[in-house]
Amino acid sequence: MEEKYAYIEGAEQPISMHPKKFALWLFIVTVVMIFASLTSAYIVRQAEGNWLEFELPDIFYYTTGIIVLSSITLHYAYYSATKDELSKVRLGMILTSVLGFAFLIGQWYSWIALIDRDVFFVGNPAGSFLYVFTGLHALHLVSGVIFLIIVLISSFRYKVHSKNLDTMEMCVTYWHFLGGLWIYLFMFLLLNH
Amino acid sequence: MATASVASHSDAAHDHHDHEHHDNFITKYIFSTDHKMIGKQFLVTGIFWAIIGGLLSLIFRLQLGFPDMSLEWLRPILGGWITPDGALDPEFYLALVTMHGTIMVFFVLTAGLSGTFSNFLIPLQIGARDMASGFMNMLSYWFFFVSGVIMFISLFIETGPAGGGWVVYPPLSALEQAIPGSGLGMTLWLIAMTFFIASSLLGGINYITTVINLRTKGMSFSRLPLTIWAFFLTAVIGLLSFPVLFSAALLLVFDRSFGTSFYLSDIYIGGEALPNTGGSPVLYQHLFWFLGHPEVYIVLLPALGITSEVIATNARKPIFGYKAMIISMLGITILSFVVWAHHMFVSGMNPFLGSIFMFLTLIIAIPSAVKVFNYLTTLWRGNLIFTPGMLFSIGLVSFFISGGLTGIFLGNSAIDIQLHDTYFVVAHFHLVMGSASFFGLMAGVYHWFPKMFGRMMDARLGYIHFWATFIGVYLVFFPMHYIGIAGFPRRYYSWTGFEFTNMYTDLNLFVSVAAILTFAAQLIFLFNFFYSMYKGRVATLNPWRSNTLEWTTPLHPQHGNWPGEIPSVYRWPYDYSKPGAAEDYIPQTVPLSATPESNLPHEQELVKLEKEIIADEEAVLVANESTNS
Repeated sequence: MEEKYAYIEGAEQPISMHPKKFALWLFIVTVVMIFASLTSAYIVRQAEGNWLEFELPDIFYYTTGIIVLSSITLHYAYYSATKDELSKVRLGMILTSVLGFAFLIGQWYSWIALIDRDVFFVGNPAGSFLYVFTGLHALHLVSGVIFLIIVLISSFRYKVHSKNLDTMEMCVTYWHFLGGLWIYLFMFLLLNH
Repeated sequence: MATASVASHSDAAHDHHDHEHHDNFITKYIFSTDHKMIGKQFLVTGIFWAIIGGLLSLIFRLQLGFPDMSLEWLRPILGGWITPDGALDPEFYLALVTMHGTIMVFFVLTAGLSGTFSNFLIPLQIGARDMASGFMNMLSYWFFFVSGVIMFISLFIETGPAGGGWVVYPPLSALEQAIPGSGLGMTLWLIAMTFFIASSLLGGINYITTVINLRTKGMSFSRLPLTIWAFFLTAVIGLLSFPVLFSAALLLVFDRSFGTSFYLSDIYIGGEALPNTGGSPVLYQHLFWFLGHPEVYIVLLPALGITSEVIATNARKPIFGYKAMIISMLGITILSFVVWAHHMFVSGMNPFLGSIFMFLTLIIAIPSAVKVFNYLTTLWRGNLIFTPGMLFSIGLVSFFISGGLTGIFLGNSAIDIQLHDTYFVVAHFHLVMGSASFFGLMAGVYHWFPKMFGRMMDARLGYIHFWATFIGVYLVFFPMHYIGIAGFPRRYYSWTGFEFTNMYTDLNLFVSVAAILTFAAQLIFLFNFFYSMYKGRVATLNPWRSNTLEWTTPLHPQHGNWPGEIPSVYRWPYDYSKPGAAEDYIPQTVPLSATPESNLPHEQELVKLEKEIIADEEAVLVANESTNS
């Protein structure tokens, strides 16, 4: 019997995952590779000396808090969607989108804070790298906010509910990933600046 | 639950497609989402670029082989790039080698090879209706097309195309005032490559998703044809390495256009100091070769996969060491990411690091040798059928050996001091990567042409094409080893001015003549390809008597590939000349229960289970039918 089971398993239609979700994970892999290569480049370059030392803007602590909070509100929205509580889904999505915008504005102020410290995009690579990290992450975050808004709109069209969660789940995955990515970048900068 | 509802939904969509949808010209031939048409688009575009890339190489071969010849007759095409006294402009020479490299590596052997056959064969050989996302697949082609258009435009601008070598090392490529080829041409090169990276990633994400999620019933990973394994691993390599090229290019763009100093430091041009400080050009080399080396395997692995399939089919023997083939491809995939610095032995890198990279590089010889051994043992005492595809596959094995051997020399960091950036390197990679992959591409075209266009290519012209190309490639690249051992550097406009190389006039002339003849031989292929597309002999359904699934489709498969149910798979794809079997091949769709005469003891035990499963399924099918009606 066990043998038959093993054989059927082998012959079973091997669909293991929703193709679009799987593709999203592969996209996430490419983003990981971009930031892995950039942060490696940072370490390699730093090891060669001639490195500008400066303090990171304090505003990064606030934006980190904001993005963690946005992941929590998004999870609240998702949890409500599995329970078919649509008004709570909308509330959660609106909060998440607003927090997403707030994060972007915060990152903008971090650039202003950097300029106040005389750290410019053009200059020592130590500063340039910081602008590239935050800028490229913000660019991805913009795409994440657009995704949030798409899900928000479809929640107003009654298209987000417990039987139709695929898009929402992908949005949640992507947003948590972007949050995690920022926390990685911030930790990396704290340890290596 | 979610997956089940999605599966049934997509089936319904396909049914809808089969019955009601009629393609017009634009959706069928231009903005097609059918993987077969997209594969053909990649192929034809790749052929176009191969002609351009080949012609560029002929121009610089003329300069190298006939340094005193007047190139006045090229003025109608090249215009100002021919100097008033009839010689080739040295700046344009640099642009020619740069564009030849870029076009051949990325446009022909990445997009033209992987793009064509991954698209065409993955759904057909794993038993899927189409790729996971037809739309993304279409985007992948059109990003590649846009990339090509931009690169093509850069050939015609006043300052010429990019001229810093296909590796575009800064500071040369980062400073517009360095050479004309670092101006607008370089900007266009970077834009084109950005589109190309996007195209590769869209394609790669699709290939991986499709192979993992859309295999037909019974198509386990241990029953996948080796072609699919190769395309799958190629896509994985591309997914991990192309983003790194993106990072490298992004920082280069910032250095070029925004004034940052990632790669630039303490540079004087014309006695004038530049403001950039603190950058590191070696950083670019690290980032570039983290893509650049895996790229070699992105180019080569699909060709090796195609060869496995073609050789097994035409030797009428199971591939020798199926699992060893997969493991060695996995080994190559992993190792390809930890050897990049062997391109940088003389960059001023720490010599201790160099010896580590040397060690890792030499390890690659092991999986490569396993693959060669398996090809040879598959051929050994097979009932060889020398189709053109088979000849090109054997040619690939030959180049893989002769070019691979010189790789062992170059991987050695001490010998590399002498050989680095000489014609020895040119000879090495043109044999092992360029020619081998090109032969894989040709083998694939000859072998799958009947499936692509429903007609056969002319075999006799194929034989002439093969022998002319095979002999030609060796005549072109073998002499280069000697020039390289003498120490002559690549990318040099002229070698007659140096005492130690001016005795190689004859050899360079010989190489140039051989190159022109080899290029001319490709015209035979071009004629054969386009003529056979319309006038070739109509193919039978399974002309090579092959086991894989693509030969169970109709002669001209529509979008959706199989008119009815997708066939199930009951065995691995290499049951050739199985003892006891009536025919010398058993397609993957034949159940074990239908072939009791040839089953091995352990397979015979599985027959009963297989029968039960089939009976269960039929019961389910009947139940479904009755509820539907």
